Amino acid sequence: MTRIALAACAMLCAAVLTPTAAAQSRDQIRITGSSTLYPFSTAVSEEFGRTTSFDAPIVEGIGSGGGLKQFCSGLGTSYPDIANASRRIKASEYDLCQSNGVTDIVEIKIGYDGIVLANTKEAPQLTLSLSDIYLALAASVPVQGSQGGVGLMVANPYRLWSDIRPDLPAVAITVLGPPPTSGTRDAFNELALEGGCQQFEGLRRLKLSDPDLHQRLCQSIREDGAFIESGENDNLIVQKLQANWDAVGIFGFSFLDQNSDVLQPVKVTTPSKDAVPPTFDTIADGAYPIFRSLYFYVKKAHVGVIPGIPEYLNAFTDDEAWGEFGYLIDRGLIPLTPVERQRYSQIAVTLTPMQRP
Amino acid sequence: MTSLPNLKKRWGRPQVQRRLRRRYIYERIFRMLGLAAIGVAGLALATLIVSVGKNAFGGFVQTSIDVDIYLNPEDLRPSSARYRHDFAERVESADMRKLLADALERQFPDIDTDSERRRALQLFSLQARRTLRDYITATPEKIGQTVRMRLLASDDVDQVVKGNIDPRVPESDRRVKDKELAWLAALRADGRISRQLSTTFFTGGDSREPEIAGIFGAIIGSVLTLLVTLLTAFPIGTLAAIYLEEFSPQNRLTAFIEVNINNLAAVPSIVFGLLGLSLFLSILELPRSSPLVGGLTLALMTLPTIIIASRASLRAVPQGLRTAAQGLGASPMQVVFHHVVPSAMPGILTGTIIGLSRGLGETAPLLMIGMVAFVVSTPNALTDAATVLPVQIFLWADSPERAFVEKTSAAILVLLGFLLAVNALAVWLRQRFEVHIPD
Repeated sequence: MTRIALAACAMLCAAVLTPTAAAQSRDQIRITGSSTLYPFSTAVSEEFGRTTSFDAPIVEGIGSGGGLKQFCSGLGTSYPDIANASRRIKASEYDLCQSNGVTDIVEIKIGYDGIVLANTKEAPQLTLSLSDIYLALAASVPVQGSQGGVGLMVANPYRLWSDIRPDLPAVAITVLGPPPTSGTRDAFNELALEGGCQQFEGLRRLKLSDPDLHQRLCQSIREDGAFIESGENDNLIVQKLQANWDAVGIFGFSFLDQNSDVLQPVKVTTPSKDAVPPTFDTIADGAYPIFRSLYFYVKKAHVGVIPGIPEYLNAFTDDEAWGEFGYLIDRGLIPLTPVERQRYSQIAVTLTPMQRP
Repeated sequence: MTSLPNLKKRWGRPQVQRRLRRRYIYERIFRMLGLAAIGVAGLALATLIVSVGKNAFGGFVQTSIDVDIYLNPEDLRPSSARYRHDFAERVESADMRKLLADALERQFPDIDTDSERRRALQLFSLQARRTLRDYITATPEKIGQTVRMRLLASDDVDQVVKGNIDPRVPESDRRVKDKELAWLAALRADGRISRQLSTTFFTGGDSREPEIAGIFGAIIGSVLTLLVTLLTAFPIGTLAAIYLEEFSPQNRLTAFIEVNINNLAAVPSIVFGLLGLSLFLSILELPRSSPLVGGLTLALMTLPTIIIASRASLRAVPQGLRTAAQGLGASPMQVVFHHVVPSAMPGILTGTIIGLSRGLGETAPLLMIGMVAFVVSTPNALTDAATVLPVQIFLWADSPERAFVEKTSAAILVLLGFLLAVNALAVWLRQRFEVHIPD
């Protein structure tokens, strides 16, 4: 018994000590960041591993913020080579990179993603404006009939959709959406809620005088049960929508695309009063207002140290992948315009570092 | 002393009868509550297995399409002098899409535009081209002939064949359009569509294509990770338990340590992930995403469980055994390792295995150390990037492709199977080491 225990201890020590040397070299690209880009990044990774002599890169989906933080933590094999982000890198993150020696960052924009609201086909299709969405979901809204602002806000009183606008159905507002840790939620707050908020004169003025208060008023989601946080798993939201006909869900466009037989999107009214449903075309040409750009960032110092980075960039920016008929489009990516594609595939070849955002 | 007739009389009194009845009723209620509790637990288990099993069946089978392919020597001609001598390279460079598309055009004469060719090609999985290429490399004598090949269908076709896509909803709302459905109907009428057990599911690594995604990489990752956990947590845990229980003086310090161990057992597992991140990745700089780091992190998590279970089973060894051994002149070491530990072994092993099976189902701590990742290749070493079974389930459950739903259920069934096997091992080990100590 003693001998067994001693042998096990020896094995443990050996197991812990040997690989420390091995950690210094790495011949597989490491990618981390947004879970929105995970399906696209992994598809390219797999294709790249299949068609080249390099190993398929390891892709993690830990979120844009977490990914960029890791990316900017330093140079060397223990840090990722590429960070995916469902928003542009922030100036603060760029500065963090610089202070940790990650000086040359190559920015590649890969496409767009629409954030959709949808309900089951069994219920009537909704058409909402951004201000309807804001009034339905914000924690505090302008007093009815007013233009909002300090002293003119009340806790959200709307219980039914028809309370907001009489022509909407008299159904309780139930919206299933992502938690605050999700990039989709950030983008939804920034694009949909903020966009709706800007329709009110008082709140628009507040943005100039007190931007912090403005952001708090415009981007806080109500917590009285009308908005239900439903976890990061969009498939779960899709299932819940099929069970609850009165509920509306918020998720990425690719989930609508995969489930278009059971779900219908909410049409969003633009400032020019057109009701626009989210489709490939309306998101690509910017007619559908709730969309965001997707990026990835490459550490230039790792090119030539970790094998395969230029080849991976080449595989990603190939028309086979991100072009209008590429396999990423089958997975729900909204393509860039040909001009933008040209520009970013050029950057992927020359590896021109980005400027501070 | 009451005489017998007297006793009978007293028992026959109505109050006594009432009390007796009430006691029987209480017993019956208790039995019924017990049965109901078991019933609820059983029902929950049955619901889980039925709901998972219903979907899982589809995950194990995959649809294939038989196609007659003319292995056109024209298409397999060396495209440059470089390939002239190496047949395998020549096949590698040949365009399998063209062979397949030509075959489809012969099958469906109505294909005439490029976009229709592309749509027809999308009936097949990416795997189909690889199958074709491997076939030509293996049997070069068939070049110039027409062969009937069974090629893997794409996930969308698979979903139609399995009835998961309803052809009655309007075409615009369907992932598979009328044209494809017509082609599929023609193929089916021809008897060219078949379903087989998917071997790739058991032998392949992760993939973005549901029809070729497999769990083998995740299983190997789980095995390697648990091996590391076992080799670290078992010796450290049991030695700590033996020392604390048999050798350490009982003072404030040991009481403090004991309280802390009990506390650690209840700490959420994500906290151990954070500890693993700072200890193994930042300080020791071990490779991220590796089974080594995963195993060590899970070992930290299972240590308290093992220590507590081991101490409990050491405490259950009768004191008489120790005094008897001491009386015969055994040294403290001999008392512990010759007598106490062997009789506590079944309990120690059970605790270890319960700890390990908790580790087998864990994802949260692995998120922090990078094991929640897309890994195509199967790990060969403790330092390779890897993922584990529950993480694979988590990743698939989060994928937009509808075909991943059944893959998720199938993987859950496999995980349940593994847990069952591990627990059966625990039962077997317990019986194997059971020592009967006369009281």
